[in-house]
Amino acid sequence: MILTGKAFKFGDDINTDYIISGKYKFKTLDMKELAKHVMEDLDPHFYEKINEGDMIVAGSNFGCGSSREQAPLAIKHAGISCVLALSFARIFYRNAINTGLPVVECDTSQIEEGDLLEVNLGEGTVYNKTKKINIAVSPLPDVMIKILADGGLIKHFQKHGDYNF
Amino acid sequence: MGKTIAEKIFSTHCGKEAEAGDLVVADLDFIMAQDGTAPLAINSFNEMGGKRAFDPSRVALVIDHSAPSPNEGVSSLHKLMREFAADKEVILYDIGDGVCHQLLPEQGHVASGDLVIGADSHTCTYGALNAFSTGVGSTDLAAAMISGKLWFKVPETIKYFCQGSWPGGVFSKDLILRIIGDTGADGATYLASEFSGDAISALEIEERFTISNMVIEMGAKAGLMEFDEKVERWLKSRTGRPPQAVFADDDAVYLDVRKYDVSNLEPQVACPHTVDNVSPLKDVEGLPIQQAFLGTCTNGRLIDLKIAAAILGGKKVSPAVRFIVAPASREVYLEAMQQGILKALVEAGAAVVTPGCGPCVGTHNGVPSDGEVVLSTANRNFKGRMGNSNAFIYLASPATVAASALEGKITDPRPYFA
Repeated sequence: MILTGKAFKFGDDINTDYIISGKYKFKTLDMKELAKHVMEDLDPHFYEKINEGDMIVAGSNFGCGSSREQAPLAIKHAGISCVLALSFARIFYRNAINTGLPVVECDTSQIEEGDLLEVNLGEGTVYNKTKKINIAVSPLPDVMIKILADGGLIKHFQKHGDYNF
Repeated sequence: MGKTIAEKIFSTHCGKEAEAGDLVVADLDFIMAQDGTAPLAINSFNEMGGKRAFDPSRVALVIDHSAPSPNEGVSSLHKLMREFAADKEVILYDIGDGVCHQLLPEQGHVASGDLVIGADSHTCTYGALNAFSTGVGSTDLAAAMISGKLWFKVPETIKYFCQGSWPGGVFSKDLILRIIGDTGADGATYLASEFSGDAISALEIEERFTISNMVIEMGAKAGLMEFDEKVERWLKSRTGRPPQAVFADDDAVYLDVRKYDVSNLEPQVACPHTVDNVSPLKDVEGLPIQQAFLGTCTNGRLIDLKIAAAILGGKKVSPAVRFIVAPASREVYLEAMQQGILKALVEAGAAVVTPGCGPCVGTHNGVPSDGEVVLSTANRNFKGRMGNSNAFIYLASPATVAASALEGKITDPRPYFA
């Protein structure tokens, strides 16, 4: 699958409270509603600025903090197609794969706000169309490739009834 | 080659000798979700085609993050949890019972050698009992409820060797804040941490929980401690299950060993808006505060309330400060009542709220106003964490919070322990 979108840049240590604040996430399971508040504490107008397919690009330790799965889900339902970061926090990374939000670990210092990016998930490549450069990507662990290939952990269980690695 | 505590616990739970770096599917001893994560897990469980929990006596749902419910949206999610618990016959802890990470050990659900997951990042707390416990998301939790298993990458371990004698007025919270400040918010990502040395042995179990609780703030999967007589005694009073003590081998391989001497440790404070932004208290001493909060899975235990009461007994908190206290559980609440601790705190000006997480996660029970400074015993100070992104949260020990509530500004508690 090839994803194309514009980069919205954030810094290091973007925690799950910033992605979706606790004051919202406890109230509802309506992810479309939660999506309106994604990244609100860092940029109150973020949801209005983004278009379907755009990408979040961040520094190290993206998704640190709480285990809330509402974080990847709110990002996904806001229309963000992919999150690229220098590194991810462990629980967020698992949650993203489990819920089918593509996450790519790569050198994001080669991407600036507004750059047009092309991410090829099958081949594991990132191309910065604005700067005309290829960016090297850290490969996913095999287990995660299998979960993603099934479309997330829910579909993996629907298909196999158990873990099937 | 010798093994770490983490490698040994995974070995006993995956049916083969596991080493750091191995991917394993491991059997779980206990599974927990709270009201921020359980509703999504229930949805995932149903979507996966789950019919029953693999063992209902090993699954608990805890209503603690917004308890009692502050609005109808939360109420409907709580109702979903109650109905699921009744239908699947899993354990339910309802409003007022307490914070999940106090309840699981207190109610005897965790023993040494166990492998436990919880859909809450601070599940790492039970490492203090020589168990491997870690936080996961709702979908992993749903898969675990169905299968009793989860896949893991066996982590490498950083060892923190802590020696020395504790100065009066300096506590386990100060040590873990210092360690997080030194390690950084992602310094232990994908790693386990082990804590040992005579400074750890000297701590009571309740004080050890504070350290294990906070290792996720440096990215760690687990905060493991050694099995000793204190753990054995504590478990004996809580659980009928015999503990499976796990010891690291002398020749265990660690990614790194870091040494700390608590003898010259000073009170520490985590400053806004990251937990690794840690300074010695003296650097922020005198900063006026408008709210003080004593509670949470980090520092809402009986020993924490007792320390605060010792400082505040017979005195009044500053009129400029709102002082909120949340005992970590019903048992802590009752015990603090019987020992006169709550009386001392309430007389000093405390507003006592239901055992639960509310103020720490910004759901209710103490949302600060714009520009206000909060000094809290919690584990997170992220912008907006307490429900207002224009407030400033500082983290410290219960002693520092009590002394500061009294003075209306960040205050060194050590004179109270001289």
